[in-house]
Amino acid sequence: MRPLTDQECKVFFEKLSKYIGENIKQLLERQDGKYCFRFHKDRVYYCKEQLMKKAGHISRDHLLSFGTCFGKFTKTGKFRLHVTALDFLAPYAKFKIWLKPNAEQQFLYGNHVMKAGLGRITEGTPQFQGVVIYSMSDLPLGFGVAAKSTQECRHADPMATIAFHQADIGEYLRNEEKIT
Amino acid sequence: MGRKRNLEKPKSGPGRKARKQSDPKLPRSLQEKKDIKELSHRQKQRLTKRIEKKRIRLEIQAKKLALKNKTKKETEEEKKIRDDDDDDDDDSIEVSSQEASESSEESETETCGANTKPLFDDEEDDSDDSEQVNNDEMQTDDSDDSEPMDDEVGESTDSSDDDDDVSDDHDNDNDDLLPIEKKAAKLHKKEKKDKELAELELQTNIKEMEKFVLPSGQEIEAESKLPPDLAVIQHRIREILHVLANFKERREPDRSRLDYLTLLRKDMCRYYNYNDFLMMKFMELFPQDIIEFLEANEVDRPVTIRTNTLKTRRRNLAQTLINRGVNLDPLGKWTKVGLVIYDSQVPIGATPEYLAGHYIIQGGSSLLPVMALAAQEKEMVLDMAAAPGGKTTHIAALMKNTGVLFANDFHKERLNAVVGNLHRMGITNTVICNYDGRQMKDVLSGFDRVLLDAPCSGTGVIAKDPGVKTSKNQEDIGRCANLQKELILSAIDCLNAESSTGGYLVYSTCSVLVEENECVVDFALKKRNVKLVPTGLEFGEDGYVNFQRHRFHPKMNLTKRFYPHTHNLDGFFVAKLKKFSNKIPGTDDKISDEQKKTEFKKDPNKNVTDSDDQVNGNSSDSDSPQLKKQKKKGLKKKNKKIGQMKKSGQKKKNILKKKKWKKK
Repeated sequence: MRPLTDQECKVFFEKLSKYIGENIKQLLERQDGKYCFRFHKDRVYYCKEQLMKKAGHISRDHLLSFGTCFGKFTKTGKFRLHVTALDFLAPYAKFKIWLKPNAEQQFLYGNHVMKAGLGRITEGTPQFQGVVIYSMSDLPLGFGVAAKSTQECRHADPMATIAFHQADIGEYLRNEEKIT
Repeated sequence: MGRKRNLEKPKSGPGRKARKQSDPKLPRSLQEKKDIKELSHRQKQRLTKRIEKKRIRLEIQAKKLALKNKTKKETEEEKKIRDDDDDDDDDSIEVSSQEASESSEESETETCGANTKPLFDDEEDDSDDSEQVNNDEMQTDDSDDSEPMDDEVGESTDSSDDDDDVSDDHDNDNDDLLPIEKKAAKLHKKEKKDKELAELELQTNIKEMEKFVLPSGQEIEAESKLPPDLAVIQHRIREILHVLANFKERREPDRSRLDYLTLLRKDMCRYYNYNDFLMMKFMELFPQDIIEFLEANEVDRPVTIRTNTLKTRRRNLAQTLINRGVNLDPLGKWTKVGLVIYDSQVPIGATPEYLAGHYIIQGGSSLLPVMALAAQEKEMVLDMAAAPGGKTTHIAALMKNTGVLFANDFHKERLNAVVGNLHRMGITNTVICNYDGRQMKDVLSGFDRVLLDAPCSGTGVIAKDPGVKTSKNQEDIGRCANLQKELILSAIDCLNAESSTGGYLVYSTCSVLVEENECVVDFALKKRNVKLVPTGLEFGEDGYVNFQRHRFHPKMNLTKRFYPHTHNLDGFFVAKLKKFSNKIPGTDDKISDEQKKTEFKKDPNKNVTDSDDQVNGNSSDSDSPQLKKQKKKGLKKKNKKIGQMKKSGQKKKNILKKKKWKKK
């Protein structure tokens, strides 16, 4: 376990800002104590400082997880967000997509969002913007990348892809082994 | 034409106004049902026909029998005379009372049995006391033995045949008796017969209730070669249990209780597919309700879920699930987060709510140890055997995501489920680590609370995993118990007795065996400075203070046991211990008496001498010889160190201990 290096920090925050923009600040400066990001076995964990210190007692091999895992660095040095980060992305997300009830299941099986299943979309979403995807009852289901801007969506074909799938909560069932 | 005035009909009764209301009639439904329905005309006709036919049949039978007995004796002349008489009588009766068809039959029979005898006469006419009949009687007296035989035949074929009775009566006392005497005799006979019948009935009843006869060894051996007949075995189990319920009266005199018990055990093993060892254990545990327990093990427990209070409330969750077509109810009064699922149109483990972490599927019994632990906010808690994370998430929810929670498990692959569950349920205060629980005290200690849901034989969750039925033997149980004892000591060592809010350990297993529960807790009581405290669970059965040869700590009744057949939960055991001193009793003596004295002077609080301590005083004797040598060598050094130790507190003592072990 160690703090992120500058390079890692840059890549990580860049990625994170695609979804929550400047709200990253909210994650680091919280009312209920100090929080930090830590790097452990290629993964980035987000936790309270107190918890991080306690976790420091555990040797590297025996420590599996602490706090919340946000995602992992790939071998090529890119950062990939995991669905476990959803709890912290959803409240701060800038652009959102709501799905119709019959499209929920589709998305939870790992499919992209199609125009037919689109319930609502935040006004002014640009193309290739990171979006958090909700059900109509405001239950966060996952996140992805907008394939079309809001404007384009209006005239899109019903079968056209609106958002690319990146992560969804169905993964808790589909690949529990590789969840972090 | 017009209508004719009916003048002939006489006026009856008073006028219309004075008409009296008829007596009230009970409605049909309220009327008492008569035992015998009144027969319709046709039915009556048929009945008389039937009776007549029967009578004739009997007569023919009787004739044949009597014929055999008598023919040899009778002279030809007598026969002739009688024949004439009979013919006359019969004809007259037949014409008067019977239909043509029957009469023809009758005549046929007569022609067949041309040589007839007294029975006929009797039937027809009581008053017909001719001399010939008397003679007949005289003759038949010789063959008295045979007559009752006839009676019996009649009875056996049809016990309620009055005609027969009548005939018998007349057979015996055709002498000139007063009619009243005849009646009396008749009555006597009837009484006698009733008695006989009653006795017969009684005997048949007794046969049903009769003592169950244990099959012999050979029979059992023979049976064991055949494929098991479950119906027979089940019947026998029931019978044996019936006998055992009142053994004194229902037993077979030459069979011991052991015989019954062995057969019962064997039968239950075969019927429910258990191995002998486990069945023996269960029979010791449940002498009364073994069958209920075994039956409960065949039935699945209801599916229960626990609400994640971090994300939703039970009421809201229940509402959304009901909208999805799930039929559910609160689990019980004792929990505010549990819901029991009766049936569901959607897979309960794959709804969007489940994936969003609003609930977790968890057995009702898994809530109990966490409730007993009652972790507070901002505490440091350890879950020693966490996988798959149901209890861990519950603890974290009770702590409201504050403080620090360590989730440990020995199996790395099982921890994947813990990682998944914790993230799904939105728990952020948890560190997941993968140690052997026995080493945990070396890694980290000073916890406020520890939950040890120890790995066990799983004898309480046979409904979930029927493999347990056959796979466990004495060794496995011993191995489990041994591991549990090591784990519980390690768990106690992790605790911090000085914690202001805690210092509690909850020990739980999903086993019902005493070896894995009370024995382990008793062991811990002897080895460490812990005491039993109430679990805070309102229901459940108290733990055993005495069990067979075991004599446990008198406060063992503070532990709780749960059974599938009484609580409809998995078989479970929960004990809550409080650590009252960080000292480890056995090691004090090793250091030296001197130090002990100084310590007692230092903090009188620790001077709590329990019966446990005294017991543990002896344990130092059982040290290995190596250790004793070391002791002698290191005594001087130690004494020096002890001088330092006097100033310092507990921590340094621990360091010393560690050093000592390193040397070793």
